[in-house]
Amino acid sequence: MNDVNRRVLPGFRLSLGYTLAYLGVLVLVPLAACFSKAATLPFDRFWAAVSTERAIAAYELTVGASLVSAAINVVLGVLVAWVLVRYEFPLKRLVDSLVDLPFALPTAVAGLVYSSLYVESGWLGRFLVPLGIQAAYSRLAIVLVLVFVGFPFVVRTLEPVLERIDADIEEAAACLGATRLQTVTRVIFPSLYPALVTGFALSFARALGEYGSVVFVSGNMPFKTEIAPVLIVARLEEFAYAEATAIAVVLLVISFSVLVVVNLLERWSKRVYA
Amino acid sequence: MSTPEKTNPRSDPRWVRVALIAAALGVIGVLIVIPLVDVFVEAFGRGLGAYWQTLTGDADTQAAIRLTLTVAPIALALNLIFGIAAAWAISRFRFPGRTLLTALIDLPFSVSPVVAGLIFVLIFGLQGYLGPWLRAHDWRIIFATPGLVLATTFVTFPFIARELIPLMEAIGADEEIAAASLGASGWQLFRRVTLPNIKWGLVYGIILCNARAMGEFGAVYVVSGHITGRTDTMPLRVEKLFQEYNTPGAFAVASLLASLALVTLAVKTALEWKTRRDLAEAARLRSEGDAA
Repeated sequence: MNDVNRRVLPGFRLSLGYTLAYLGVLVLVPLAACFSKAATLPFDRFWAAVSTERAIAAYELTVGASLVSAAINVVLGVLVAWVLVRYEFPLKRLVDSLVDLPFALPTAVAGLVYSSLYVESGWLGRFLVPLGIQAAYSRLAIVLVLVFVGFPFVVRTLEPVLERIDADIEEAAACLGATRLQTVTRVIFPSLYPALVTGFALSFARALGEYGSVVFVSGNMPFKTEIAPVLIVARLEEFAYAEATAIAVVLLVISFSVLVVVNLLERWSKRVYA
Repeated sequence: MSTPEKTNPRSDPRWVRVALIAAALGVIGVLIVIPLVDVFVEAFGRGLGAYWQTLTGDADTQAAIRLTLTVAPIALALNLIFGIAAAWAISRFRFPGRTLLTALIDLPFSVSPVVAGLIFVLIFGLQGYLGPWLRAHDWRIIFATPGLVLATTFVTFPFIARELIPLMEAIGADEEIAAASLGASGWQLFRRVTLPNIKWGLVYGIILCNARAMGEFGAVYVVSGHITGRTDTMPLRVEKLFQEYNTPGAFAVASLLASLALVTLAVKTALEWKTRRDLAEAARLRSEGDAA
């Protein structure tokens, strides 16, 4: 079809040329500038910038909070996707569209409202704070808001997979004497694994770079509740551009590694589960 | 409803269903509904008059609203043209590196917004690669509107393209090839054949892109310089009011952004229902055609 299209349809060179130029100018060149700026640092200064105790604490918190929030999202996502696909209940369509709110709500609004809900005088904080649960200005607050931000990913990757599961397979399992619990855990769940991995990774990747919501709720205390993007901004505000860039490169390398791993996992799972 | 429970092996016992539905509603309630309601309660808590006064009486808030309404449409227009060009090139032609190009378009989604802002500071900032040259010509990009546009365009870069590419691949090129063979010019082809086919997908991409463009925080935070009344967009204004302990003001601006999110969700949901109905209708017509 390619030869026919290129002979018949107009605009191949124009559209591809424009696409490449725009991608290059807006995305590739600026990203390359970031790496080249970091490369101008002598290696020992680069290493000193990225390996301060404060920076390492920030990476650990960023990666740790992102992992925990993505894991929570897998559990919540399975529950919500299952209920939305399998059961009927009033206002189901409304609930279904509300799942996407974290995609549409600006992160600053999410951060603002989460910080006000979980302080002692807030709607939820007044029940939690007396129990000793500090869900504002703490690491828990970071995890909570990251759960919010990444929530739709797992639900939306699972739903189509759940819809496609053949009724025959479940009926066969039941006919062969499996209990309902066995059918769910041994027949249905295994076919969800690829989608779960993808949803987990998407949610994790989103959480790694998140800034707007976290900056409101975390309190941003170095060594305690400072995530890597907040540290980059702190360095920038001290006009320490080289140090900020070095930490940004570490964050970029982590994000791009996640991206590569996701692609490899998807290819692998397509081969295994196809 | 009681008989299928006994006979249908795919349905769960009633108590399981009720428990799971309750749990799921609890999750959505705590995670999404309560925060959403809280935004509006906090914003309107002191009455409609106070709310209106907070929004209209503050010149800096007004400036922030105007700035957002300037920056977001420019970013949207740039990414719209790009999205159509990229979708045309990728879905209609085969060329070496096509898969790589499709993957590269998604790249901005995996860059932290803060880093997205930083890369433009490194190029256009005072100490950046082009900084001295820009200063010699007295042009400002960082800490000014062009920087906000650049950062916003970067973070919303993939939205429209990634919506259009699979859609145009699914539609196929047959109608366009027919039109081109019959002598349609490039512009006629696009306006009369392609555009009517992709218009709902385009609207879908545009509203998602717009929501993110108006709501972007991290990337614009880094390039804006926080000059009150000059380079504060609405999300940045929310943060500044929050830092100044002006909670009612912060929530008033936040309520506007939350309304935007609700409108976005409503349009998105309506479009998804429409697509589902259209697909069902197409399938019905096809099966009727087969029967005849």
